[in-house]
Amino acid sequence: MMRPNDIVQFAFHAMQGYRTRTYLMLLAMAIGVASVVLLTSLGEGARLYVSQQFSSLGTHLLIILPGRSETTGGAPPLMGETPRDLTLQDVMAMKKSRHVRRLAPIVVGAAPVSYRQLEREVMIIGSTASLYEVRQLALSRGQFLPELEITRSASVCVLGNTLYRELFGTQTSLGKWVRVSDYRCRVIGVLEEEGMSLGMDMGDVLIMPVASAQSLFNVNSVFRVLVEVRSGEVMDRAQQDVINIIRTRHDGEDDITVLSQDALLSTFDRILSALTYSLGGIAAISLLVAGIMIMNVMLVAVAQRTAEIGLLKALGTPRKLIILLFLTESAFLSMMGALLGLIIGFSGNWLLQQYFPDFPFVAPNWALWAAVVVAVSTGLVFGLLPARHAADLDAVQALSGHS
Amino acid sequence: MIRLEHINRTFKVGDELVHGLDDVSLQLKDGDYVSIMGPSGSGKSTLLNVLGLLDQPDSGNYFLNGDDVTQLSELKQARVRREKVGFVFQTFHLVPRLTAAENIALPLTLAGVEHEERDQRVNEALASLNLTDRRHHRPDQLSGGQRQRVAIARAVVTKPVMLLADEPTGNLDHASGIDVINILEQLNTQGITLLLVTHDAELGERAQRIIHMVDGKVLP
Repeated sequence: MMRPNDIVQFAFHAMQGYRTRTYLMLLAMAIGVASVVLLTSLGEGARLYVSQQFSSLGTHLLIILPGRSETTGGAPPLMGETPRDLTLQDVMAMKKSRHVRRLAPIVVGAAPVSYRQLEREVMIIGSTASLYEVRQLALSRGQFLPELEITRSASVCVLGNTLYRELFGTQTSLGKWVRVSDYRCRVIGVLEEEGMSLGMDMGDVLIMPVASAQSLFNVNSVFRVLVEVRSGEVMDRAQQDVINIIRTRHDGEDDITVLSQDALLSTFDRILSALTYSLGGIAAISLLVAGIMIMNVMLVAVAQRTAEIGLLKALGTPRKLIILLFLTESAFLSMMGALLGLIIGFSGNWLLQQYFPDFPFVAPNWALWAAVVVAVSTGLVFGLLPARHAADLDAVQALSGHS
Repeated sequence: MIRLEHINRTFKVGDELVHGLDDVSLQLKDGDYVSIMGPSGSGKSTLLNVLGLLDQPDSGNYFLNGDDVTQLSELKQARVRREKVGFVFQTFHLVPRLTAAENIALPLTLAGVEHEERDQRVNEALASLNLTDRRHHRPDQLSGGQRQRVAIARAVVTKPVMLLADEPTGNLDHASGIDVINILEQLNTQGITLLLVTHDAELGERAQRIIHMVDGKVLP
C-alpha cells in the first residue's frame, strides 16, 4: 500500500500543478471560515457587552416593580382590580429584612431644567442617598443627596455631567439654584462622566430626593425599588423576604415583580447566545457553498486529469487508492482554506477592535472548532463524489482521453 | 506463459455492436517477441488492453502462468497489473507536473516501495536508458524520444514479465522510433515478453512472431 507521506506529497504536487484551481478553492473555503469567525464574534461580542453593562449596574441587585408580570390561569378579573402602587412606606418596610443592605426607591419623570436663559428637558430621578452606593455612582464634584428621612423633601439636586456642561459650561454650579419645572433646587453635586448604562444616559439626568420628585410629578408611588442584598448567597432569601413583606402590607396580594440581576442577565445571555448560534448558522451556509465549489472544482480536476487517472489504473492502482488520492487533495485544500480563513477572521476581529474598542470582538471557541470541522468535513463529503467519479472511470477510455 | 481461450469483447457504437475481439485464442511463451498488426479498428489495442487487464472480456478465459485472471477481483487484477505488466503508450502518458525521475518512480510510489529501494531502482532505470542527466527535467523539457524512454523506464522499473507497447513510435520521428524499438528489443533479450502493436510493416517484421488481425479476429 502506498505510504501516507507519499500520498500527501502526491496531493501537494497536484495542488501545485493546478494553481488557479487551488487558489480558488482556498479562497472559497477561507471566506466561509472567516465569515463564521466574524459573525459569531459579533454575536459573542454583543453577549459580552451586555453582561459587562449588567455588572456595571452593581452587584447583588434586586429590582422591584409594582404589578405582577406573570400570566396566571383563569379569566381576567372583572372588577377592574389594578395592582397596588408601591409606596415609600412599603420601601421602608422592605428595609426590615436582614438580608437587605441598602435600598433605593426610584421615581422617574421628565421635566425641563433651566438655569438663567438655558433650558434642557432631562430625566428627573427621585431617590435617596443610598442610590449612590446601590447604583455605584461617582461624583466629579460636590456631594450626593444628604441622608434624609425618606418622606422628607429638600430643595437640593445633583446634576448629571452632560446636563451640568449644557447649563453651566465651565462655570461652577455648586450652590447655584436651578429651576425644575415650577420648583427650585440648589445644586450640591455633579456626577462623574459615566456614559450609557443599559440605555439610561446617566449624564443627562437630575437627581433629587424622592419625596421632592413625588411632589414635583404629583405621585404617591415609586417607579421601582433597587435593593442591594448583603451577599450573593442570600439573594433568594432576600427576594422571598421582600415578597412576604409586601404581601402582608398588600392584604395578601402578590402584586409586585422582583427581577434579580442574574435572571435578567441570563435572559439576555440566552437571547444573545441564540443570536450567535444563528449567525454561525448563516455563516455555515457559506461553508456549504464552499463545499459545493470544492466538489465542482474537483470534478473539473478529474475531467482535466482523465488521462492521468487512466495511467494510474494502468500502473495497477486499485480503486480505493485513487479515491484516497483525490480525497487527500480535497481534504488538504479545505484544511488549508480553513486555516487561511481563521487567519483572515482573526485579522478582521483585530481590525474591528481597533475601530470599536468598547465592543469585545471575540470568536467563541465552539465556533472556531465548528468552522474547522465543518470546513474539513464538507471538503471530504463534497470531495468524495469527484473522487469516486475518478475511480470509476473506464481505464481504456481514460487513457485515450475520453472521460 | 500467456493463454487466451475464446476471448470475446464487443462494444456498442450507437445502435451497432462492434466486435473488438471475436473468439480470440492465443498462446505466448515467456520471453516471446510478438508484433500485432492490422488496420485501425481491427482490435489490436483491445487485445493489448485485455492482455494488460485494463479491459474485461465479455466471455472467454485468460490464463496467466496457469491462473485464470479474468475471475480475479478488481483489487487483485490491479495487483497483477502492478507486478506483471508494463505499458508503453503512443502518447507517453507522463504526468506533466512530475520530473522524469518522479514519473519513473510513480509505480513504485503507488505500490508503497521504500524510499531507498525506490531511488536505487529509479537510478538503475535512468542509467540503463541514458536518462541520468535528464532526471530533474519535466516532460515538457524533454524531446519525444526522451519522453518515450522515460515512459519505458517507468514501465520496466517494477520488473514486469510482459511489456505491452501500443504504437510506441507513433508520435516519434523515424530515428527516435528506431531508437525506442531497439531499447524494447534489448529488454526482450533480457527475458521480458514483448507485445508490440503497430501498423508499420517494417517495424512489425522485426518480431519473432507476427499476429495479423482483421475485424477482431486473429488471422491464422
